[in-house]
Amino acid sequence: MDIRKELEKRILVIDGAMGTMIQRHKLTEADYRGERFKDWHTDVKGNNDLLCITQPEIIKGIHKQYLAAGADIIETNTFSSTTIAMADYDMQSLAYELNVAAARCAKDAIKEFLAENPGAPPKFVAGAIGPLNKTLSLSPDVNNPGYRAVTFDEVVTAYYEQIKGLVDGGVDLLLIETIFDTLNAKGAIFAAKKYFRDHKQEELPIMISGTITDASGRTLSGQTLEAFYTSVMHAKPLSVGLNCALGAAEMRSHIEELSQIAACYTSAYPNAGLPNAMGEYDEQPSETAHFIEEWAKEGFVNIVGGCCGTTPDHIKHIADHVKKISPRPLPVVEHSL
Amino acid sequence: MSSTTIKPYLRLSGLEPLVIRPEMNFVNVGERTNVTGSKKFARLIREGHFEEALSVARQQVENGAQVLDVNMDDAMLEGVSAMTTFLNLLQSEPDIAKIPIMIDSSKFEIIEAGLKCVQGRCIVNSISMKEGEEKFIEQAFTCKAYGAAVIVMAFDEVGQADTKERKVEICHRAYKILTEQVGFDPQDIIFDPNIFAIATGIEEHNNYAVDFIEATREIKQRMPLTKVSGGVSNVSFSFRGNDHVREAIHSVFLFYAIKAGMDMGIVNAGQLVVYDEIEPTLKQLCEDVILNRNNDNNEATEKLIAFAETVKAKGKVEVKDEAWRNETVEKRLAHSLINGITDYIDADTEEARQKYPTPLEVIEGPLMDGMGIVGDLFGAGKMFLPQVVKSARVMKKSVAILTPYIEAEKEARKQAHLAAGTSNSEAAGAAKILLATVKGDVHDIGKNIVGVVLGCNGYDIIDMGVMVPADKILETAQRENVAIIGLSGLITPSLDEMVHIAKEMKRRDLKQPLLIGGATTSRIHTAVKISPEYPEGVVHVLDASRSVTVAGSLLSKEQKTDFIAGLQVEYAKLKEAFNNKKTVKTYLPYAEALRNKVAVDWEHHTTQTPCFTGTKVWEDYDLNSLRPFIDWKPFFIAWEMHGNFPEILTDSVVGKEATKLYNDANALIDKIIAEKWLTAKGTIGFWEAASTDDEVEVTTPEGPVQLSFLRQQIKKAADQPNLSLADFIAPKTSGKKDYIGAFAVTLHGIEAHIKRFEASHDDYNKIMLQALADRFAEAFAEAMHQQVRKEYWGYDINEQLSNEELIKEQYMGIRPAPGYPACPDHTEKYKLFSMLKATDTIGVQLTESLAMYPASSVCGWYFSNPKSQYFGVGKIQRDQLEDYAKRKHMPIEEAERWLSPVLE
Repeated sequence: MDIRKELEKRILVIDGAMGTMIQRHKLTEADYRGERFKDWHTDVKGNNDLLCITQPEIIKGIHKQYLAAGADIIETNTFSSTTIAMADYDMQSLAYELNVAAARCAKDAIKEFLAENPGAPPKFVAGAIGPLNKTLSLSPDVNNPGYRAVTFDEVVTAYYEQIKGLVDGGVDLLLIETIFDTLNAKGAIFAAKKYFRDHKQEELPIMISGTITDASGRTLSGQTLEAFYTSVMHAKPLSVGLNCALGAAEMRSHIEELSQIAACYTSAYPNAGLPNAMGEYDEQPSETAHFIEEWAKEGFVNIVGGCCGTTPDHIKHIADHVKKISPRPLPVVEHSL
Repeated sequence: MSSTTIKPYLRLSGLEPLVIRPEMNFVNVGERTNVTGSKKFARLIREGHFEEALSVARQQVENGAQVLDVNMDDAMLEGVSAMTTFLNLLQSEPDIAKIPIMIDSSKFEIIEAGLKCVQGRCIVNSISMKEGEEKFIEQAFTCKAYGAAVIVMAFDEVGQADTKERKVEICHRAYKILTEQVGFDPQDIIFDPNIFAIATGIEEHNNYAVDFIEATREIKQRMPLTKVSGGVSNVSFSFRGNDHVREAIHSVFLFYAIKAGMDMGIVNAGQLVVYDEIEPTLKQLCEDVILNRNNDNNEATEKLIAFAETVKAKGKVEVKDEAWRNETVEKRLAHSLINGITDYIDADTEEARQKYPTPLEVIEGPLMDGMGIVGDLFGAGKMFLPQVVKSARVMKKSVAILTPYIEAEKEARKQAHLAAGTSNSEAAGAAKILLATVKGDVHDIGKNIVGVVLGCNGYDIIDMGVMVPADKILETAQRENVAIIGLSGLITPSLDEMVHIAKEMKRRDLKQPLLIGGATTSRIHTAVKISPEYPEGVVHVLDASRSVTVAGSLLSKEQKTDFIAGLQVEYAKLKEAFNNKKTVKTYLPYAEALRNKVAVDWEHHTTQTPCFTGTKVWEDYDLNSLRPFIDWKPFFIAWEMHGNFPEILTDSVVGKEATKLYNDANALIDKIIAEKWLTAKGTIGFWEAASTDDEVEVTTPEGPVQLSFLRQQIKKAADQPNLSLADFIAPKTSGKKDYIGAFAVTLHGIEAHIKRFEASHDDYNKIMLQALADRFAEAFAEAMHQQVRKEYWGYDINEQLSNEELIKEQYMGIRPAPGYPACPDHTEKYKLFSMLKATDTIGVQLTESLAMYPASSVCGWYFSNPKSQYFGVGKIQRDQLEDYAKRKHMPIEEAERWLSPVLE
């Protein structure tokens, strides 16, 4: 089951938002804690990644909804499953276990789905590696621009442990996503390469997805899109793309540019529009799908899906709209001038 | 869908990308942020003044460094923490962090510390095999994991390579290891084959520069994707303390090393003399020493040392205001050219004329040298278009002084030839380039700028002006034997005229390449429509700055064939992609698009009655009152300075020049207004109107006029209408009384002033005046529209919008112009003009391509409906075309011709 073979044939669909779907369950503090953490010394409500351990059936259920909607790739619920991000709940020591548990939820969901839907096309689990809540290129202290809240080595150590958990849990791909500081992403790439070299294991394909934060067309750490791509291309990624912060309408010109410069496959999973005055995403599934269909027709993308605010309904519309459209062909990489 | 291609270039990044392309010639790596090379920087770092040390970095970037070398190798420093602190601080300075960093150290732990601080793609300087292969491989793997390119020093277990053979051998060995064992892409490998000091007095050192240059040549031949770099200042080490001589040595050394293939070098950006500006004696001596010629018994070395003592160290005194006046006449001319100063050009030209044997040599010598520097600075992005145009003004003035003498000489020679009975074999001179705005089009600002820029680069420009018919262009091209033909156009019908000219060129069997430019042209149109018609090369040129490289490639015997062949392949691909793409979009049948109109609740809609019907004319509108309505952004774009206004005035890169330009523009406006150079005439009108599908019937005193509009046919998302302007006028069936408006505005009187500027060779003010007249016309349209909304039509009397909001089109209602995206048929302009009687009342003519003359004119329709909006019709299908032709009583072929931009 090689994802490259599938990517040659068709546009693959990645799933939508996890947080939006978890909210629908209206879980309480007690639900988050489950039996195991009922006496934990801090509040844990909002620690969505923890649900992979305390409410695995809910997480698995969400994965299955996305699979039923037509997603080919589902992301593990591990956006914050690093020692650094888990420090908010004093749960650093759980990082490895969270990743293993999340990978299992996703694997089990696929196993059950395929059993119920024999003959369905192959499905893949992408181990989600989030951006961390501390940045390597930006100082949190405006009066001291040279200060950093975290070091490169600490970032590498945290990602290394996450990757170990994801790989041990059995993911098919690694997805470094929502990158707003390229140096953090370089830490994740470094950790992944190091992990596979240390374990003398064949590398899993790496997907990279950056975030253009606003109309300036740059990442939060100030890079232009091409500079961002140039800075991460040493990962020799399976795909490079964009997600989050923007709706499809705002993302179009960026994904178009990326499709021209990227030597690998391209991915895009925008938010369901921009948040409205109430902070809610209200772009309708047909609207999102319409934008994405146009990108597909223009030959900009190989992998599409949704980020914040998107639902299985969005994914279903997207999957239906891109089904018959041929994927962006890989660029010809020349070897002489 | 065809796929794009990706070239194996070295790609680096800071906040912005840097792609090292072959045509870049040479990449400057800034060297002053190096504690071993800069005393000032070392002191600042040692004393912990990191923020101040950043200013050294900033200065390097401002002086044109494209990559910044950072080195903290000092026994007194804790290298790891100094590197970390400095790079972390540097990341918070976007104007420095925009360029890539070269992390320079002989200690690998310092290099790695640096790599941990930089988000962009760096260069590591350097790794080598001096401690054996194993360590080399390990370090290379580490660099690769951080995504860095590497400089490999030609250094092995035995030592640093000094001969050509050793340099090449070590580099080749490293290349094999890196590509085969570590998995490096060849383009990410940069060799430093060691630049050693020459002219040390030690005989064995004399051939070091030659060894480097020859090694470079062979490395690039055997491993063509790799790069060669070096620390240039080493070569002149024995002349330290004498910057004058050192800079000359560097410049001469680079001249030959770059020719051999050197791609980048660590230099003091901002302190490189131009090769051509080195005094001849010194240059000759430097060449002997570098190329190891005439150097038996250190003869060349000793001569250079002797020379160096005579010049002593000419201290780099900051030039006071007029100090440059004490320089040689050549330098004064160059200074005037580079700085655009005309004050002394008469006297200096005369002095040069007397100094040189012939007046032609003044042009070919000091003037062209000066313009060469200007061209280089412009090419390197160190000068901006307005400065270049000023330089051209100085050049033209000087040439005008020399021309009578040249003519007199020519005549004398001719007479001499005649007397002697020999034929006159006067050489042809510079390559000629013909430029013209095509028939039916009157716009020429862009063409004039291209002419100036090419003129600065030594081409002889034949500018045929505007509205030039094809046969006149081609006759001139043949008669004058021009090397290149350049066509310009701004309105869409000009595109067809360009296709026509291309066909004619083929029919007449011309061989000259054809350049296509102008606002309406595009690469895709050139590829799909023009290029297939003419096999000798058609090139779309995006802007004036590109025109120089394109002309250079087309006129170079070595490059031309490859350049055109490459372009044709690229265009063929674009064409193929375009043809493939067409089939993907889905369109509705016209009848179905018609049913998907803009939903207006006409029953509850209240139309607004204008305060008059018929027309109103302004013979001489007050220019002063238009001034606040000027939209400056397009003005700066006309000068190829892109950015928002007013931010551009304070932009870190172009701000200074933009401000200068802005001040000059305002000074000229003051003059235009005070001396009444231009007269603004305008007319508006309102009439009763009712729509039936895409037709709008207008009631005028002369009888009914039928306007025809086009409708979007592309399949839209659910609930999205297929727009047509007719949707914004109440349908006949609604029984509501509705109105349409129209306007035309123009600026008269520009010609006399243009002629005057042409006569005084003042392209700068000529282009400035044209650009400003255009701005005034647009401002006039904006001002008129506001009065219409608030007063004459009065449908939005309470509007309170700033100029910025007006520019963003935040007003209610629209004013689309025939020929533009919402109503792409230019021929509707005939109706607009006759309804307004615009030719009679305000003197605006329509050309056969429906361009307006005077060129600074604007016209359009007014729609007041709150739902009206700007949009593009996009492509239409055959069924709508046929219906439209029938409605307009126009032969289908003619409709096809006018609508070709919206047909597939």
